[in-house]
Amino acid sequence: MQSEVMFAGFGGQGILLIGKILAYAAMEEGFEVAWIPSYGPEMRGGTAYCTVVISDRPIGSPIIKNPLHLVAMNRPSLEKFSNIVRPDGVVLINTSLIPIGSGRNDVSELKVPAVEIATELGNVKAANIVALAAFVARTGLVSTETLKKCVKQEFAKKPKVIDLNMKALEEGIRAAS
Amino acid sequence: MAKAFQKPKALFDVPTHYCPGCTHGVIHRLVAETIDELGVRGRTVGIAPVGCAVLAYNYIDCDFQEAAHGRAPAMATGVKRVRPDLMVFTYQGDGDLASIGMGEIIHAANRGEKFTTIFVNNAVYGMTGGQMAPTTMPDQRTTTCPAGRQTNDVGMPIRVAELLSALVTPAYITRQTVIKPKFIKRTKKAIKQAFTYQMEKRCFSLVEVVSTCPTNWGMTPIQSIKWAEEALLPYYPLGDLKTPETDEK
Amino acid sequence: MAKVLMKGNEAIAEAAIRAGCLNYFAYPITPQSEVAEYLCWRMPEVNGVFLQGESEVAVAYMIFGAAAAGARVFTTSSSPGISLMSEGISYLAGAQCPAVFVNIMRGGPGLGGILPSQADYLQATKGIGHGDCRMLVMAPATVQEAAEMVMKAFPLAEKYRNPVMILGDGLIGQMMEPVEFPDDLKSEPTNKDEWATNGMDHRKSKTRNLVRSLFLDPVVLNNNNLVLKEKYEKMKDEILFESYNTEKDYRILIVSYGTMSRVCRTAVDMLADEGIHVGLIRPQTLFPFPEEAICKAVTSSGCKLVLSIEMSMGQMLEDVQRSVLGACPVEWYGKCGGEVPTPEEIIDLIKARMASL
Repeated sequence: MQSEVMFAGFGGQGILLIGKILAYAAMEEGFEVAWIPSYGPEMRGGTAYCTVVISDRPIGSPIIKNPLHLVAMNRPSLEKFSNIVRPDGVVLINTSLIPIGSGRNDVSELKVPAVEIATELGNVKAANIVALAAFVARTGLVSTETLKKCVKQEFAKKPKVIDLNMKALEEGIRAAS
Repeated sequence: MAKAFQKPKALFDVPTHYCPGCTHGVIHRLVAETIDELGVRGRTVGIAPVGCAVLAYNYIDCDFQEAAHGRAPAMATGVKRVRPDLMVFTYQGDGDLASIGMGEIIHAANRGEKFTTIFVNNAVYGMTGGQMAPTTMPDQRTTTCPAGRQTNDVGMPIRVAELLSALVTPAYITRQTVIKPKFIKRTKKAIKQAFTYQMEKRCFSLVEVVSTCPTNWGMTPIQSIKWAEEALLPYYPLGDLKTPETDEK
Repeated sequence: MAKVLMKGNEAIAEAAIRAGCLNYFAYPITPQSEVAEYLCWRMPEVNGVFLQGESEVAVAYMIFGAAAAGARVFTTSSSPGISLMSEGISYLAGAQCPAVFVNIMRGGPGLGGILPSQADYLQATKGIGHGDCRMLVMAPATVQEAAEMVMKAFPLAEKYRNPVMILGDGLIGQMMEPVEFPDDLKSEPTNKDEWATNGMDHRKSKTRNLVRSLFLDPVVLNNNNLVLKEKYEKMKDEILFESYNTEKDYRILIVSYGTMSRVCRTAVDMLADEGIHVGLIRPQTLFPFPEEAICKAVTSSGCKLVLSIEMSMGQMLEDVQRSVLGACPVEWYGKCGGEVPTPEEIIDLIKARMASL
């Protein structure tokens, strides 16, 4: 069984980071994982995306043409990638920045106003964690407990933001329910 | 009776391959004397260039590496970074250092690498047979500028010591010559000073030595000394251009 | 140590330290600059040496100087940078100095691109420098393997007194995968007193050492080159490869390495699900090349066609061709602009070729 998640958004939205946290969490749960970034000039200010592959056996091709899921944090990402998601996948739409839907009726849309939720918590930067938590809660790719542990670990060197991100995580889980 | 004159320990007792009137032999001896006097032969690594002095290791008796053309400062950097306890010197000519290896010498000097460079400037490529060097004088004839160096075409000769002195990083940069005995003594002092700065882990040091090449200049040894004095020294003035002391002021 | 999730570039950096290499000189170039960004803080932690050189040319000679002084040393770069280092690699080989070079390849020629590619196969395996100069080349397919190959590379470089290259592509460098650094791959640098310019005082013999590659006497130079040739022959002891699905009855055999081989492996799995069996041989050493294994995989099966699948324009094809000794045709498939062919493409290719066999 293999799942692939594409995370996409603006550079600076913390896209690569939430991909990495998910990969870490899946590794903690004993899965084989690979995190594949986009790199190069596109890292500078434009669209950032990465793919996380989670599998119960060694991962062959790290190049994923059709991921199972998509976490779209901005409109260009949704427009660019919604069509490549496999049927029955989850498409998370950050409705704070995306006023449109995926246009697909064979995927499960998860609409989360991630930016508003994070702003209410006091820092817009936590929108990525809100989205990640919502996505994990909906898909169950890893347990929310493992996710919490990994978010804490990720911010271990910045204790000031741990609280904020733990709250973002809770709110994200709530938004998915 | 005490010997008044003897071969330095760090010099092999062999004839060199250098041409009559060439000053490499004198400069080799000054380096060897310095190594002896400082008692560092057992922890000295020389880096030979590509050029006439490529076989310097046949004459100077210490560990030696042989660099690619111009890369001696990079190799010296490698040695010095992994073994700061070793004494390291590069021995380079004008084509090696000031043409193909200009990038390496500038950056090594600018990083303040704690090694010593002996830069032998005789205004011509020697080993390859007398081609134009970056330090060739205006109107000086070489095999690649048979009508003389045309400065409107290839620019003026590079004054390496002045150029390196412009770097802000503290260093010892001096220009000397070995065309007369009184100058040889001063060159010896400068080389010893350069090695001493290195021993004290103070700074990068470079001794430019204005030198002769009778063969490729097409002169007798006597004529070449006269030409060096009259044509080279006015353009390449002697003396310290930069010392760590002046830098500290 | 527990598994950690690391980018290939970071894993390569850490692996070198775990392997006992505490000296690194480098010049930044995409897609491998993370190695330098990692080691600039990590080397000081272990009292190691980190230096960003002024160019790849200079870096190659910093490596040469440090290696000649007896230190365990390595650098990382990417295709155009390796071209600049190739002169220095030849000097290292000529002077018989060990060092490890990592090439995280990008597309070429010229400035090319920065996306994954295997475009330096011929340079690495046949033309790394002027003169009769070769080096052991290992090509990892996972981040874990990249780390392990780096750790193995240092003792191998010292064993043969020759440069060793790890040849990865941009994906190996940029991708994060779980990695652990096996304790049993740690090694002590060998004693180099016999030849290294590490200072006479340092050695029992108290005679000086010379590190050089200039041998003006033709007989002496020829003899030096014979010594090198013998070493390159002996490197066949280090040949590594992986066979996949070759126990099955297959009519097509794929030869592929690095990231490309992972894609092929997925294609092989997907085809097997449809009842179509394709063999796969993945060379882990590219020089020396696993000729015998490929030959055997062709002659001991019903194999009718071999495909050399590469992210280069047929650079490995000739090696595969000479391996099969004319037993069956060898064809090339690949892309080399930065796109990695997908498993679906490989499946379509196999099915199309199968139909015409």
